[in-house]
Amino acid sequence: METLGFLMDGFAVALTPYNLMFALFGAFVGTLIGCLPGLGPANGVAILIPLAFTLGLPPETAMILLTAVYAGAMYGGRISSILLNIPGDEPAMMTCLDGYPMAQKGRAADALAVSAIASFAGGLIGTIGLIMLAPVLAKFALTFGPAEYFALFLLAFATLGGITGKNPMKTVVAATLGIMISTVGIDISTGTQRYTFGVLELYEGIDFILAIVGLFAISELLFFVESRMGRGRDKMNVGKLTLTMKELVMTIPTQLRGGVLGFISGVLPGAGASLGSFISYTLEKQVVGKKGKFGEGDIRGVVAPEAGNNGASSGALVPMLTLGVPGSGTTAVLLAMLISLNITPGPLMFTQNADIVWGVIAALLIGNVLLLVLNIPLVGFFVKLLSVPPMYLLPIVTMVAFVGIYSISHSTFDLYFMVAFGVAGYFLRKLDIPLVPIILGLLLGPEMEKNLGHALVLSDGDWSVLWASPLAMGLWIVASLGLILPYLIGPLLRRRMNAAMKESPVSD
Amino acid sequence: MIIKRTLSFVAAAAVSMSAMAWQPSGKVECLAPADPGGGWDFTCRSVGNVLQDLGLVDGSVQTVNMAGAGGGVAYAHTVSKRAEDNKLLVAASTATTTRLAQKQFPGMNADMVTWVGALGADYGIIAVGKDSEYQNLSELMAALKANPKSVKFAGGSARGGWDHLKVLIAAKAAGADKLPSIPYLSYNNGGEAMSQVVGGQVDAFTGDISEATGFLESGDLRVVAVLAEERLPGKFSHLPTAKEQGIDAVGPNWRGFYMPKGASEEAKSYWVEAVDTLYASDEWKKVMKSNGLIPFHPPASQFDEFVRNQVQDIENLSREIGLLK
Repeated sequence: METLGFLMDGFAVALTPYNLMFALFGAFVGTLIGCLPGLGPANGVAILIPLAFTLGLPPETAMILLTAVYAGAMYGGRISSILLNIPGDEPAMMTCLDGYPMAQKGRAADALAVSAIASFAGGLIGTIGLIMLAPVLAKFALTFGPAEYFALFLLAFATLGGITGKNPMKTVVAATLGIMISTVGIDISTGTQRYTFGVLELYEGIDFILAIVGLFAISELLFFVESRMGRGRDKMNVGKLTLTMKELVMTIPTQLRGGVLGFISGVLPGAGASLGSFISYTLEKQVVGKKGKFGEGDIRGVVAPEAGNNGASSGALVPMLTLGVPGSGTTAVLLAMLISLNITPGPLMFTQNADIVWGVIAALLIGNVLLLVLNIPLVGFFVKLLSVPPMYLLPIVTMVAFVGIYSISHSTFDLYFMVAFGVAGYFLRKLDIPLVPIILGLLLGPEMEKNLGHALVLSDGDWSVLWASPLAMGLWIVASLGLILPYLIGPLLRRRMNAAMKESPVSD
Repeated sequence: MIIKRTLSFVAAAAVSMSAMAWQPSGKVECLAPADPGGGWDFTCRSVGNVLQDLGLVDGSVQTVNMAGAGGGVAYAHTVSKRAEDNKLLVAASTATTTRLAQKQFPGMNADMVTWVGALGADYGIIAVGKDSEYQNLSELMAALKANPKSVKFAGGSARGGWDHLKVLIAAKAAGADKLPSIPYLSYNNGGEAMSQVVGGQVDAFTGDISEATGFLESGDLRVVAVLAEERLPGKFSHLPTAKEQGIDAVGPNWRGFYMPKGASEEAKSYWVEAVDTLYASDEWKKVMKSNGLIPFHPPASQFDEFVRNQVQDIENLSREIGLLK
């Protein structure tokens, strides 16, 4: 088992006290970010990126910190779902369905505990899946030529909106904006400058870290200023833990099913964690049938979506690490971080940056244990944090964002740019235009253009090369399915998902 | 008038008197025109450390990162805002000369700074996958001469960038014509380009020897030529040069410094000597060894000329492939 050896090396990286400290810190902050309504995992990771630069972290530590935040946010999302019936992030929507009724029945502590355990199981299953699948897929990726990569990026764009996406047109607008921004700078396949207007700072294009921090973190601050949410929420009572061992054992099959389903939907492009939790919940309902009391506080209704969304969060790392194509918004942000650390995801990363890849994977496993430990005894603490007024939180976020971005390049020009992106992000969110497709456009647009160019150079200008190989053809077919399916089954899925939702969450 | 002239004479004399002993006092700045982690950043940090160890500076050497326009922002900063700074070194490499030659720093040219010296180099290579039909550079070039489109190259720089130019330098030396028709695929970095060559999607890789070490050791990549004057030392000594195959192509990616043009003559000669001393030191040899740098150090008197020649060569080549009008 070659993989096991790598994993052991990964543990050696992740278990150094320094890295462990950052994993713990990331897990804690991630949970906190996850449980604050409105702040999803993508925002969470985006907010922590400048911190990694401020502290001058080495690449593996920076990635461990961010993946811990990512996993933590997935855990934290359930807290406000259960207590407030407001999902902390989109994937935690389904947890509201049975979590909140449980809390109303006075079993909030039980719901929180069992969902933490389910998150752990889902995360564990997902990470094991990642360990098994990623190296295989990475080797397979070596057979990808420009035409296949082009089809793959096309697939990524086609499934951007996701099967559950709301407004496909706005997704297209957002992705186009991202691609437009990405054309600024030197065009590597011709060596000419595009849209730089003789401004030296624009010659290398627009740094997507700037765009991400501006769009997510700064716009968040602007929203806060607007709403002047000075007051925190009222304190909540969690109640006593009455969960029995028997109940816990009963949910084990649910945890397994949820984790596996979640992982699969995480790996699939465009599906992501929201679908993972939804499918797990629906399947659980089918399997248990009439015996369950779903919607009225069935414990399995909390377990299934939580196992599902945490499995999916690990699954979404698979295409990001092996092919450089992110399966979700948060993994897109992680991809941006990898690229700006000078690490190219893909088959090569598994050989040349093995310490980082396996360090991150090992950190995911360790992070899961840490999160479980953090979440069971400390759940009361996180609940208290829910009542901290955001006015103490957001100034810190802003300060970290400015210091971090400045410490990357020492350029005030970049700061102006970040603020400009923040203002743009604020208006885009007002217009309900999703931000994640912008980031994906920014990240993937140039890659897609480059591969198109390369494919045509290799074939001497013959366009049919783009779908000549069976692999490329297959990707084209999946891409077209990705475009059509949302129109066929999207409305159906959405109706079901929203059926029980009273408050619609802010999309990540 | 006479008084003024006398005064300036006195002043000049005073300066030259003190120049005998000009030594940078206090903090010296080394400007790395890129984000932390890259080659220029490495040049500044490692040179800074060795300069301090050798006592060539009495204070510290602070590395300042100034990314942008592939070094253009730092170049403009040096020319316009720090023109007379005696205590400023700026890291440079072949990437700097390439951009200067291709007029990618608008309104600026190589004459606007003082070129201090080089401290080692990374040499260009041309390599193919292990199953490739080409065993050596001559075979590969023969195929190119017969049909310029027959061999497709992948490299880690933009079209017209250093990796692309190395192919053209070799092809030109081999006597191939129709240089613009030779297909070149640009990737974000050497690693990405290499994996396409190893995966069999593209015929040949152009890059630097340091990038290829991993795939060389695994045997996935076969180096058909090193673009160096003579064989490289150590573990690379079995790799053939282009020269020994009868193709006179050399492509060193040197690492070194420039400094502001307006700095005092004393400061300039101090830094040129400091770089010489540093290059000869055991400490620096250790740094070169552990980082895969290969000896390259034109004598101080020739470095300026070397840079100018490189800029001129690149400019000619860029014109030939239509990148420069």
